[in-house]
Amino acid sequence: MSVLAYGVVAWLFLVGIYGVVTSRNLIHMVVCVSVAQSATDVLLLEIGYRTGGHAPVFVSLPAHPGPAVDAVMQALALTDVVVGATVTALLLALAVQVHKRAGTLDPDALRATKE
Amino acid sequence: MSEAVIAVALVWVAASGTAVVLTREPLHQAFVAGFFGLGLAFLYLSLQAGDVALSQIVVGAIALPLIVLLSLAKVRKGRE
Amino acid sequence: MSRRARLAFFAVAAAALAVTLGVGLAGLPSFGSQLTSYARMLNELASPQRHVTDVVSAITFDYRGIDTLFEEFILLAAVAGISVLLRPLSDETRELPEDKAPDRAIPPPSPAVWLLAVLLSSLLALIGLETITHGVLTPGGGFQAGVILASALYVVYLGTNYATVERFQPDALLEASDGVGAFGYVVIGLLGLLAGEVFLTNVVSLGVTGNLIAGGTIALLNLVVGLEVAGGFAILASEFLDQTAVIRTRRR
Repeated sequence: MSVLAYGVVAWLFLVGIYGVVTSRNLIHMVVCVSVAQSATDVLLLEIGYRTGGHAPVFVSLPAHPGPAVDAVMQALALTDVVVGATVTALLLALAVQVHKRAGTLDPDALRATKE
Repeated sequence: MSEAVIAVALVWVAASGTAVVLTREPLHQAFVAGFFGLGLAFLYLSLQAGDVALSQIVVGAIALPLIVLLSLAKVRKGRE
Repeated sequence: MSRRARLAFFAVAAAALAVTLGVGLAGLPSFGSQLTSYARMLNELASPQRHVTDVVSAITFDYRGIDTLFEEFILLAAVAGISVLLRPLSDETRELPEDKAPDRAIPPPSPAVWLLAVLLSSLLALIGLETITHGVLTPGGGFQAGVILASALYVVYLGTNYATVERFQPDALLEASDGVGAFGYVVIGLLGLLAGEVFLTNVVSLGVTGNLIAGGTIALLNLVVGLEVAGGFAILASEFLDQTAVIRTRRR
């Protein structure tokens, strides 16, 4: 179980970066960056998990509730998800403006300076 | 039982994450990304993280596909 | 660097990264085996100390409140960056979409779509308000509810046309909401300083655990962050929408 859990994190991150490196379209690249970013959220929550635990909300619990999972990791991941989406939007705005100026979304065809 | 649910969620996330990267056309990728977001929300729920799952559902199903599709509409319009 | 050279370099670097990740992740304790002592302590202490039942909200807005302040400012900066990036450039103008065949009437939006949009946006607004206020009791809070409230505005666009959206979301109101939210967080933090304690101390009365109005500044910060995130995400979508519908190259 540990191998599967942590292996998925490493796999998601590497697959996201592979998508960025081999991308031919800036918008495709931005979505791949967001895939790599979600790997960190998954890792945070996996570190905070406790087998047989329940969510750290202490209302209407059964008689013998057992341990609760880590609430600090959830607080970190929670803001990360929302702010990550906003930064993805910023990258997409960049891609839209690049398309306006250069006429193409292919990163290989973009030049650093005007010829 | 909960271990099996987490294992299923992990496999779903890994498979759909790979599918997102391998889908080269951005329009199709937006839909696969929505599916990936759903898998992430399911994984977060099975890891007993209610707050994070709620964030992921609203962000991954609503905000992210909307801005990707609006960017695509703008880019496609510029090409015509 | 040619594409092939870049791919070869990436293969080598990815292998090295995979090995490093593997070694690092193998050093972690087995999945689900133990919690850090900080987590165990907070799970036990948060409810009696702050009179809230959702420990994640207590951590986000009280124990680690300063981190949330910075995250909120990242959001504010990203939205400001998007507004700057997507402004009309020097060779562009803002023109409302005009009818190319003015002798024929524009078909109104289909009643089914319009009804669905009305139902969904009211439902989403209600759910968003419920999530904000219940953030101290159950999973929820300002961040999630802000996005839900913003999506109530997205549904308005999906069900109607651009002119209705412009009427519904005046830019000034959204920007004011964003700014008031960010500034409100700092003001509530300064209340702690005014009371003679540290910045962001919980100085408002804590209430009774299990009530809707409990946790002192946690409930207030929920409201303020919800305002800010809702304003931010609505501005974000409206900037992209303006680009698609309204901003076009200036015709000479």
